[in-house]
Amino acid sequence: MSLKKIIAAAIVSSSAIIAGTASAQTIGFSQVGSEGDWRPAFSANMQETASDYGVDLKFANAQGKQEEQLRAVRAFIAQGVDAIIIAPVVVTGWDQVLQEAKEAEIPVFLVDRDVDVEDKSLYVTRISADFNLEGRLAGAWLAAESLGDCKIVELQGTTGSAPAIERNGGFQAVIDQFPAMEIVATQSGDFTTEGGKRVMEAFIKSTNNLEGICASFAHNDNMQLGAIQAMKEAGLNPGEDVLMVSVDYVPAIMDAIAAGDANASVELRSAVGEFIYPVILDYLENPRELDKWIVIPSDLHTAN
Amino acid sequence: MSSVSQPSTPVWKRISQSRAIWPILALVVILIVDGFISPNFYNIRIVEGRLFGNLIDIVYRAVPTALVALGMAIVIGTKGIDLSVGSIIAISGAIIAWRIQAGDNHVVILAYAVIAGGLCGVWNGTLVAFLGIQPIIATLILMVSGRGVGMLINLIYGGTDPSFESAFLQGLSTGSIGYIPTRILLFIAIFIALWLVVRKTALGLFVESVGGNAAASNLAGINARRIIFVSYVICGVMAGWAGMIMTADTHTSDPVSVALYIELDAILAVVIGGGSLMGGRIYLGMTVIGALVIQALTTSILISGLPPEYNLIIKALVVLFVLLLQSDNARKQIVALFRGKHNE
Repeated sequence: MSLKKIIAAAIVSSSAIIAGTASAQTIGFSQVGSEGDWRPAFSANMQETASDYGVDLKFANAQGKQEEQLRAVRAFIAQGVDAIIIAPVVVTGWDQVLQEAKEAEIPVFLVDRDVDVEDKSLYVTRISADFNLEGRLAGAWLAAESLGDCKIVELQGTTGSAPAIERNGGFQAVIDQFPAMEIVATQSGDFTTEGGKRVMEAFIKSTNNLEGICASFAHNDNMQLGAIQAMKEAGLNPGEDVLMVSVDYVPAIMDAIAAGDANASVELRSAVGEFIYPVILDYLENPRELDKWIVIPSDLHTAN
Repeated sequence: MSSVSQPSTPVWKRISQSRAIWPILALVVILIVDGFISPNFYNIRIVEGRLFGNLIDIVYRAVPTALVALGMAIVIGTKGIDLSVGSIIAISGAIIAWRIQAGDNHVVILAYAVIAGGLCGVWNGTLVAFLGIQPIIATLILMVSGRGVGMLINLIYGGTDPSFESAFLQGLSTGSIGYIPTRILLFIAIFIALWLVVRKTALGLFVESVGGNAAASNLAGINARRIIFVSYVICGVMAGWAGMIMTADTHTSDPVSVALYIELDAILAVVIGGGSLMGGRIYLGMTVIGALVIQALTTSILISGLPPEYNLIIKALVVLFVLLLQSDNARKQIVALFRGKHNE
C-alpha cells in the first residue's frame, strides 16, 4: 500500500509532448485480449492517443493467451522498439522474457494487472487504476453523504476476483472509521445486471423492504442497474430512499444518475493513454528509478 | 423395515416408494430451514399490484431454469444432452435487443426469439440425429460459439449499451395478471401444452423408447432420428422462451454472462426430478420440482447472510444430500447402519 502514489500527470504530459514530438518513439503494446466493454475501449484509446504523443504504436492482441503475449514481446525485442507495454494475461511466467528485454536494454512498462517476478528491476513501473482506491472513494462519498451513519447492503463482484476483493477492502477500510457505518448484508452478483437484480430482490425481502438501509454499494454499475430495477419493482425509490453508489461509470449508469435513480459512480477510466504515454516518454528522455506502481487517478461522478 | 410396515400402512409404503417423495421432501426441508433463517420468510403481501414475498420469488426466479429443464428432460429422455441452452438464451436475447432497436413490432420480436431458439435446436438436432455426432460434443459447439454469435449480433447495431424498453416483453416477463406474475401463468400454460404433447400423444413414449434402446425402437418402426431431432428442437424453443424472459427481465442483452451455467442447473433439475442420464424416462412434473429445489436453495443462500464464498459449497452439499436421499442403495446403507447399532 506504500506504493500508492498519484502523480500529477498533467504536469508531466506537457513536457512529454515536446519530448515526444522531437523524435518519434516506437512502442510495442501487448494487450491481453478484447473481453468485456472496458478492454476494447482501453485498446482503442491507446491506439488513438499514440499519435498525440508522437508515438508509433505497434499493437498486438494476444486473444487471452500468454504464449501469444510472450511471442509478441519477443517480436518487439527483435524489432528493437524503444519501449514495451504489457497488459499481462496472468501474473506468473514473465521472468524469462522480461530478462530478454532487459538484456536488449528495452524498458518494460506494465499496465492494468501486475506480474509476479523475483527481480522487480525487470520492469520500470506499473501504471494502472487502483481498485482499492475506487472502494475507498465510494466509501468516502457515502460517509460524507450520510454523515457517517449508514447501514449498507453490498453487491460484490465475482467471488475471489481481484476487483471484488480490492473494492470491498477499500470500502470496508473507510467505513471502519465510522462506528455507525456498517455493511448489514453482502452477496455476490457476479458483476452482472441479472445477478444484481436477483441479489437485491433477496435483500429486499430479508431486510423487510430495505427498512433502515441507507445505501447500496455495488462493485460495478451493471449490478447496481439490476438492483435499481429490483427496487422499483418492489415499489421502492432508489436514489432517494436508498443512496446508490457503484464503480465503472458506464453510459447506462450516467443515464440512471441523470434520472435520479443512482447517486454516484466511481469511474474506471478506459481513456488512459494520457496517463501512460507521458510516463513512458519522460522515462525514455530521462531514465531513472520510478515507483513500482503509478496509480491512475479515479474520479467519482455524481449528478452535479 | 418395509416388510414390517407393508401390511399395516400400504398407503405410506406407496408414498415412500414413489420417486416423487424425495425431491418434494428436500424442497419442504429447505423451506422449513428458511423459516428458521429468516422469521418473515413466508410472508406474502401485495406490492405494486402483484404478490410479493420469498415464496413467490422462488417460483418466479425458477421459471427460466424450469423452462430450460423441461426441454432438457426430453433431450435427456433420448439419452442425449444439450449443453448449448445458455448460449441459445444469449442469442435469443441479443436478437430481441437488436430487433427492438431496429423498430420491429414487439409481438413479431417475440416470435423471432422463439424461432431463433428453434433454429438453434435444428442445428443441434441435425448434428446429433443426422450426422451422428455424440450429443455432448455436438451441443458443445454451439455452447462455445453461441455467446460469440450473441456478441456479433450486438455489434451489428454498434451496441455497447444494448438496453431497451418494451412494455409488451417486460409485461410478459416482469408484469402480472391479477396479482400473479405473468411469467408464472405463461409457464403453467407452456407446461400443460408440453405435457399434453408428451403424454397425450405417442411422442413421450417414443422418446423414452428411443432413449431406452434406439436400435430396438428403430426395428419396432419408430423413426429414432426424427424423434431425437424433434427433442432438440423442443429444447431450443424452450431455451428461446427462457431467453425472452431473462432478457426482458433486465431489459438489456448481455450475451457474455446471461444464464451462465444454466445448462448445469437444468441437468441437475432433471436428475433431482428422477431423470436418468442413461435416457429412457421423462418426468416433466418432477423436473419442475427439481428446478424449484435448486431455486429455493439459491434464494436461501442469498437471504442466509453467509459470506458469498460459501455459496457454491453449500449448494454442492445440499445437492449431494438430495441425490443421496434419492439413491435406493444409499438409503439402504444408512438404514442398515442405524439398524446395526440398535441390534447391538
